[in-house]
Amino acid sequence: MLKKISKLPFTGTPEQEAQLQAIIASVDGDKSLLMHVMQKAQGIYGYLPFEVQAIIAEGMNIPLEHIYGVSTFYAQFALAPKGKYNISVCLGTACYVKGAQDILDKVTEELGIISGECTADGQFSIEACRCIGACGLAPVMMINDDVYGTLTPAQIPAILEKYRNA
Amino acid sequence: MAVKPLVETDFYRMQTRLALRNCGVIDPESIDEYIARDGYQALARALLDLQPADVIQIMKDSGLRGRGGGGFPAGLKWSFTAANAADQKYVVCNADEGDPGAFMDRSVLEGDPHAIVEAMAICGYATGATEGYVYVRAEYPIAVKRLEIAIAAAKELGLLGKNILGSGFDFELFIRLGAGAFVCGEETALMTSIEGNRGEPRPRPPYPAVKGLFAKPTTENNVETFANVPQIILHGAEPFAAMGTEKSKGSKVFALGGNITNTGLVEIPMGTTLREVIEVIGGGIPGGHKFKAVQTGGPSGGCIPAEHLDIAIDYDNLSAIGCMIGSGGMIVMDDSKCMVDIARFFLDFTVDESCGKCSPCRIGTKRMLEILDKIIAGEGTLADVDKLEELAYHIKENSLCGLGQTAPNPVLATLRFFRDEYIAHVTEHRCPAGVCKSMLTYKIDPDKCIGCTLCARACPVNAISGKVKEVHVIDPLKCIKCGACETACKKVHAVYKG
Repeated sequence: MLKKISKLPFTGTPEQEAQLQAIIASVDGDKSLLMHVMQKAQGIYGYLPFEVQAIIAEGMNIPLEHIYGVSTFYAQFALAPKGKYNISVCLGTACYVKGAQDILDKVTEELGIISGECTADGQFSIEACRCIGACGLAPVMMINDDVYGTLTPAQIPAILEKYRNA
Repeated sequence: MAVKPLVETDFYRMQTRLALRNCGVIDPESIDEYIARDGYQALARALLDLQPADVIQIMKDSGLRGRGGGGFPAGLKWSFTAANAADQKYVVCNADEGDPGAFMDRSVLEGDPHAIVEAMAICGYATGATEGYVYVRAEYPIAVKRLEIAIAAAKELGLLGKNILGSGFDFELFIRLGAGAFVCGEETALMTSIEGNRGEPRPRPPYPAVKGLFAKPTTENNVETFANVPQIILHGAEPFAAMGTEKSKGSKVFALGGNITNTGLVEIPMGTTLREVIEVIGGGIPGGHKFKAVQTGGPSGGCIPAEHLDIAIDYDNLSAIGCMIGSGGMIVMDDSKCMVDIARFFLDFTVDESCGKCSPCRIGTKRMLEILDKIIAGEGTLADVDKLEELAYHIKENSLCGLGQTAPNPVLATLRFFRDEYIAHVTEHRCPAGVCKSMLTYKIDPDKCIGCTLCARACPVNAISGKVKEVHVIDPLKCIKCGACETACKKVHAVYKG
């Protein structure tokens, strides 16, 4: 899986680093909990830039290259920041059969960015995601934690408008 | 009009709910409600009345086979781990439900988490393991939360932890979250991932029963497999073994979806026919369309055409026609779907999810995808179809793990049952279902067109010309085949794909 790597400057705060250090301390050197720490780190920073990976590498005594390997292997780890509203369009089989590609195309057209990108104002990002297990509602998309089911492309502009004005 | 009881409706009438018996019935966050439904009775029976070898014998006699896709007999798997002496053994529950279109594991974890806790403790007792891990995909936050609640409640009542029910048996359970990698559903890759690494599969032998998680003997089963265990141990092997076909016992949960009237989870005894599931439980195909194929087994399975709808569903019958039960996704497709496009969809998925460790899978699937793209673009030849098939067999034979070994199945199954569609794409440059855009041309039927100008106004590239109340024409050189004109012409249906 190809990953988009951010070229934006790192803007982490000392408070964020203190939170991360507390999590690293809590696993007590158990290297099998690396992914757990990375998940928490992503929760703190929103994504996993090299600077954050370096803090984890230092704290857990794991080579940075190993952490980089893990972060690029799993789809969940983001190396670029996401928008304030992250839109995940499900491209699982049930959704695909019910026209999910048309939904993704419409979102792409409306926002002018493609899957994996973030709008210039930092408001929206799009990703094509794997099955979210809501196949009975296909086609489905998520905006942050809100789930929208049985969608048609015609509904998309109104849904996006809600978030633009939020 | 009298309302029929739920169990008499077509959707529920033919179902037997075993793995899903508590889902939607009890409050999943209440251990009391689980106990009221005979919960933890099976664990008590195992610990207090049965020897580990007895438990394994019951599992063997039940004929329960792995519900995650492999279909390996669960009792046999347990006996392998039990036979290996070690200072530490593990039980692992595979809840990394990655097959797009299947959600039964999610449903069990969210609706009946204690069944998994109980089953894993029983498995630990039978195989001599004192620690268990549940590997849940991160996309299922509610499942994780309910499992955490269940584990804490079981610990509080002494149903997990030290000296369970005074039997001297210790068992601890931990949760690990996945991070979005389909290959981690493969058992050795899953263990590699729990250890904090890239989730790449390991060569076998050594099998997990010898050298699994943290290089210790490990038993790994899928959520749905575990969900059946408490009932089997509590009531004995016979009721379970009495259900199903000769080699596939019990019931199986399918996630019915796609172009079908009733969608959702259905649990049916093995041996039910596909026709019964689709026409009776599923209520048939909506919108006046015709049935074309049912896709089972996700990216590892295949598409089954109408002529095979009367086969009884079991592991061996589906394998015999080049398909598989898999984890239980069952996606129905109507006649508006192009089988070449569907094969490409699955291959695109496996190319993306291939971990990259072995070259047949990493490079081979990519090459297959390129050939399919060529065919869909209208540039394929008959030689490409042959090449595609040859490559598929090489990848199946030479890949390291189950992902690569089954990745070509969607292509092989569609080639087998829908070869004429591939041939139409390469010889006539025609997509019979009208899906592949490169082969489409939008036309306006001059007899139907009333000159309302709606299509011309909808066209984003001004490819449509014509005066008011006169027949309009689409310029094929300008047309980008977006279909906006067809949508706009919904009153007289003069625009058509040809």
